[in-house]
Amino acid sequence: MKCRELAEFLMEYVSGDLPAERREHFEFHLSKCRNCHEYLVQYEMTIKSCKVACGEMSDELPANIPEDLVKAVLAARKV
Amino acid sequence: MGSATSVDDEATLIAQLRAGDEAAYEQVVRLYGGRLLAVARRILGSDEDARDVVQDAFLNAFRSLGRFEGNAKLSTWLHRIAVNAALMKLRTRKRKPEQPIDTFLPSFLDDGHHEERFQSWEEPVDKALERAEIRELVRQQIDALPESYRTVLVLRDIEGLDTEETANMLGLSVNATKIRLHRARQALRTLLAPHLGRASS
Repeated sequence: MKCRELAEFLMEYVSGDLPAERREHFEFHLSKCRNCHEYLVQYEMTIKSCKVACGEMSDELPANIPEDLVKAVLAARKV
Repeated sequence: MGSATSVDDEATLIAQLRAGDEAAYEQVVRLYGGRLLAVARRILGSDEDARDVVQDAFLNAFRSLGRFEGNAKLSTWLHRIAVNAALMKLRTRKRKPEQPIDTFLPSFLDDGHHEERFQSWEEPVDKALERAEIRELVRQQIDALPESYRTVLVLRDIEGLDTEETANMLGLSVNATKIRLHRARQALRTLLAPHLGRASS
C-alpha cells in the first residue's frame, strides 16, 4: 500500500470499517511511514476538534435564544 | 442540549402544547431555541438566515405537533426540523461559486508518496482546544470550507447524523456522502495545520 491509498482508506480505518486484510496492509504501511502516521493523527484530531469546538459540550453555544427572537416566534404563531 | 428535565416533564410539556397553552410554547422556545440557533448558524454561516430558520422551524413544529410521536425526544424532533429548515434555506439561497476542494487535499508524487512532509502539531490538540481562541479558530475554518462539503461535515461530525440520514437529507447517494465527508475532513485538516503546527507556536 502506498501513501496515496492510505489517505484514501483513512475514513474507513478510523471508523473501523476497513476489511481485515486491507487493515493489515494499512497498519503495516503505517508502522513504516512516519509521515502517514502523522497524517492519521491530524485527521483524527481534526474530527475531534469539530466536536469540541461546536458540539453539545461547547461553551460557545448560545445558552439563551435572544429575547427579540422569542417574541418574534411567539408573535408569528398567532398570525 | 437544553432539555426538559425528565421524561415526565416532557410529556407534561407536550400535553400543554397540544392544549394550546401559551406559556408552554414560550417555555419550548426558550428551552431549545439557543441550540437550534447554533445548528442553523453552523449550516448556513449567517446569523440573519439562522434566525429566519429558527422561526420557521418552531412554527412548523407547532403546526405539526399532532405528528410528534412520544417515542422520540422533543429535542431530537425539533433538531431534525431545524436541520431540514436550514437545508431548505440553503437550497433557495443564491449559491456562491465554490472554491474547488482539491486545493485543500493532499497531493502525491508519481510514486504515490505524499508531496508534503507533515510537521507534528506542536501542542496536543486537546490542550489547544481548552483555549477559547482555538475553538473560535476551528469554527472559522469550518465556515471557510466550500459549502457542499461543510454541510456534510456539520451533519455528520457535529450534529451526529449517520451517513444514511445525511445522504437522505442532502439528496446524495451514501457513497457520495462518504466521499464528501472524507474530503471535508482532509480539507479542514489542511486549513487547521498552519495554526496548530510548529511554525505558529
